[in-house]
Amino acid sequence: MSLLILSLLLATPIVVVISSVFFPAGDIWTHLLDTVLTRYTRNSLLLMAGVSVGVLALGIFPAWLVTVYRFPGSKVLEWALLLPLAIPAYIIAYTYTGMLDVAGPLQSSLREAFGWRYGDYWFPEIRSLGGAVAMLSLVFYPYVYLLARAAFNEQSGSVMEAARSLGCSKRGAFLRVALPLARPAIVVGLSIALMETLADYGTVQYFGLSTFTTGIYRTWNGLGSSVGAAQLSALLLGFVFILVSLEAWSRQQSQFFNTGARSRPSDPEALRGLSLCLAYAVCGVPVLLGFIVPFLQLLFWASITYDTILTSDFAGYLFNSVTLAALTASAALGLALFIAYGKRAFPSNVSRVSARLVGLGYALPGTVVAIGVLVPFAWFDNRLSEFMVANFNYNTGLLLSGTVFILVFAYLVRFLPIALNTVDAGLTKIRPSMDEAGRSMGLSPAALLRRVHIPIMRGSLATALLLVFVDVLKELPATLLLRPFNFNTLAIRTFELANEERLADAAGPALAIVLASLIPVILLSRTLRHAGEASSSLPQASVPSDENQ
Amino acid sequence: MTSPALQLDNVCVHLGGKLIVDSVSFRVPAGGIGCLLGASGCGKTTLLRAIAGFESVSSGSVSLDGAQVSTPEKTLDIEKRRVGMVFQDHSLFPHLSVRDNIAFGLQSLTAAKRAARVDELARLLAIGDLLDAYPHRLSGGQQQRVAIARAMAPRPEVLLLDEPFSSLDVELREQLAREIRGVLKHEGVTAILVSHNQFEAFAMADEIGVIKGGKLLQWDNAFNLYHTPASLAVADFIGEGVLIDGRAVGEHTVETELGVIDTRQIQDFNLPGTTDISLLLRPDDVFHDDASPTKARVVEKAFRGAVFLYTLELESGKRVLSLAPSHHDHAIGEPMGIRLDVEHLVAFPKLPVV
Repeated sequence: MSLLILSLLLATPIVVVISSVFFPAGDIWTHLLDTVLTRYTRNSLLLMAGVSVGVLALGIFPAWLVTVYRFPGSKVLEWALLLPLAIPAYIIAYTYTGMLDVAGPLQSSLREAFGWRYGDYWFPEIRSLGGAVAMLSLVFYPYVYLLARAAFNEQSGSVMEAARSLGCSKRGAFLRVALPLARPAIVVGLSIALMETLADYGTVQYFGLSTFTTGIYRTWNGLGSSVGAAQLSALLLGFVFILVSLEAWSRQQSQFFNTGARSRPSDPEALRGLSLCLAYAVCGVPVLLGFIVPFLQLLFWASITYDTILTSDFAGYLFNSVTLAALTASAALGLALFIAYGKRAFPSNVSRVSARLVGLGYALPGTVVAIGVLVPFAWFDNRLSEFMVANFNYNTGLLLSGTVFILVFAYLVRFLPIALNTVDAGLTKIRPSMDEAGRSMGLSPAALLRRVHIPIMRGSLATALLLVFVDVLKELPATLLLRPFNFNTLAIRTFELANEERLADAAGPALAIVLASLIPVILLSRTLRHAGEASSSLPQASVPSDENQ
Repeated sequence: MTSPALQLDNVCVHLGGKLIVDSVSFRVPAGGIGCLLGASGCGKTTLLRAIAGFESVSSGSVSLDGAQVSTPEKTLDIEKRRVGMVFQDHSLFPHLSVRDNIAFGLQSLTAAKRAARVDELARLLAIGDLLDAYPHRLSGGQQQRVAIARAMAPRPEVLLLDEPFSSLDVELREQLAREIRGVLKHEGVTAILVSHNQFEAFAMADEIGVIKGGKLLQWDNAFNLYHTPASLAVADFIGEGVLIDGRAVGEHTVETELGVIDTRQIQDFNLPGTTDISLLLRPDDVFHDDASPTKARVVEKAFRGAVFLYTLELESGKRVLSLAPSHHDHAIGEPMGIRLDVEHLVAFPKLPVV
């Protein structure tokens, strides 16, 4: 029962946002509809279309090359292709803007080399829809890569051989068999990438694009309409639900696309000459542009600005970030354990539904979570202070709204599913028969926990902590809306400095975030060896079904 | 004279520097069904994959219909050599319906011809009701039929079947093997089958090659493999039997513990030239005869319906097998009269005692 209450509590943001549709918002709504709504929708759709093309192109082909061929460095590329996951979208956007802007090093040196002046030549404008598509594709393609790679890896070699023996060339076998077989997995990867795209705030805000997330922020802060913001959020949620269903459906489909155990590892073929160069280009470009170039640029900027960065202010941001992240991670772990064990001890529809409700959080854009949290908290604070003023003549003001508490709550809504997934995965390793075996040998429940469960679960628990910790560190839009006044974190500081066009100064906090984010990516790449595990350590929006219970 | 559909000349295959297939030669005439028989790890599957073109040969050559497709210098691409392959795990395309699976290799045909060919094969293999199903809904036997239909659809020069029945129930195996043989013969397909199960091989193939340690020991029909194995290893692998000691006395007489054999009554019998020889006795060579002076003690017996398979111990302690009609029921430990009734007999020089 407490499970259900907990998950309902965590689901309030969704309920609030959806129910807002039924409240009249007066002029704001018609105003939005008249002016910007079509623009938001159009931009968001264009962005999604562009990112789809980008992540598919950047993700599928390297996945195919590293699973089917062997070439010098292919093992390194296999995990290096994941590195861009460590760079939050807004940070890569700031970095490339710094590099490619009119005043940036590239255009400056072009002007110098050819004696051009500004306006003499055409240069792609990075702060555009196309630029945003490029930035988001570069950091979100690993989702497609990871799932496509796992799918290609699981395909039995003899299925490809069967296609060859039926007259297909290598390319034909890829197009007619390997790709269609991997399609469900690729769609799962794509829908995760698109959810991230919809959730992105930092990049589109910086590039001045009007999308749903920037619209929600503007409606809330600029127009001061909570209902309007909530209604926009509801619309955005509509898109998200389409993606979540697509993801869940594809996951189900992929069960039927199982080609059975791999009969033999299809001998990787060696590449030579032109095809080798091509393979390096296809696998190398995403890593180079998605990680190495921006990382080096950040390092360079940080090295020239370190004396202004390493101040007591910086220590303060770091402390705030780490405290928030640690607080959220431990709370998430505790709640995840509670839910996971509850589901295990009392397998019922109630506990399953609870877990499913919690699982939805991951799909929610940070802006939507923020609105969904702000509205009820403000209502609660107002009622409370009314009550206190009436009865005790004491104004509590906004007791919770402007505090760290609301921030952690929002983080939990969004990131608890990640912890829950990881803990669940760990818990399934402990089969009920192990409990029974332990009890039959005379272990008390406490001893069972200490001697069986904890040793087996330790890895999963650490992973859960780490994943939530890093996600909180990176989080921008919800933090921006919910943070207490003058409360700064590394992500906020990066955002503020970039918006003051102090890109080089922003490199310090940005680099700190990237370095922290590298840890889980490296962990992920280590599990890559075992095909299948890699995809399960990915957060997924749709909670895995519990049929096996 | 037309060239054989499939011909292998001294084919060697190395995998990872190791010699897996050692100088194998054989030929299969058009429409013939051959079987490569051997224990797992003997190199038979590698040989099959070399014929298919998945592995290249390190010496020798593979020819299809008179044209060399594999030599150490050149391995013709799989898709260009017109071989059909049926895989051990069937390897149906899970994203395609049965109909589309069968039609997969028929891209170059018009839609009408493609549909006609699919229907024809569906009828032959009795899978007409399954055409719109997807592979994950099929049983193992049904998947096997679809896999064979798919491989046969483009009318390959040679159909290669890798342990095609190993994933099926034992009861189903021989029946399906016979049925598939009928289909192949009906279509006039040349086929090579790989198997570790001799009964499957007997049921399916015209000629069988016994492979051990990468070498082809004997290429012959089932009858000859059983009754006149060319070597001890073949004798050991095919059928049940025991070796007993014998002494060649004169030109036409062999003395054994079970009596004297007049070799003039046996077809195609050749003495190996030594005095001490080993004789391969099949269970059907040792007859139950209560009147016989030769007695042996029953050690084990297995009821096989119409017959008992007795394991008998001779006075010397040597054991032989005997098939007796099951109404001759002797208890374990009892003595039982036996005599030799040999139509085929193979003798090998006696192996030195190790």
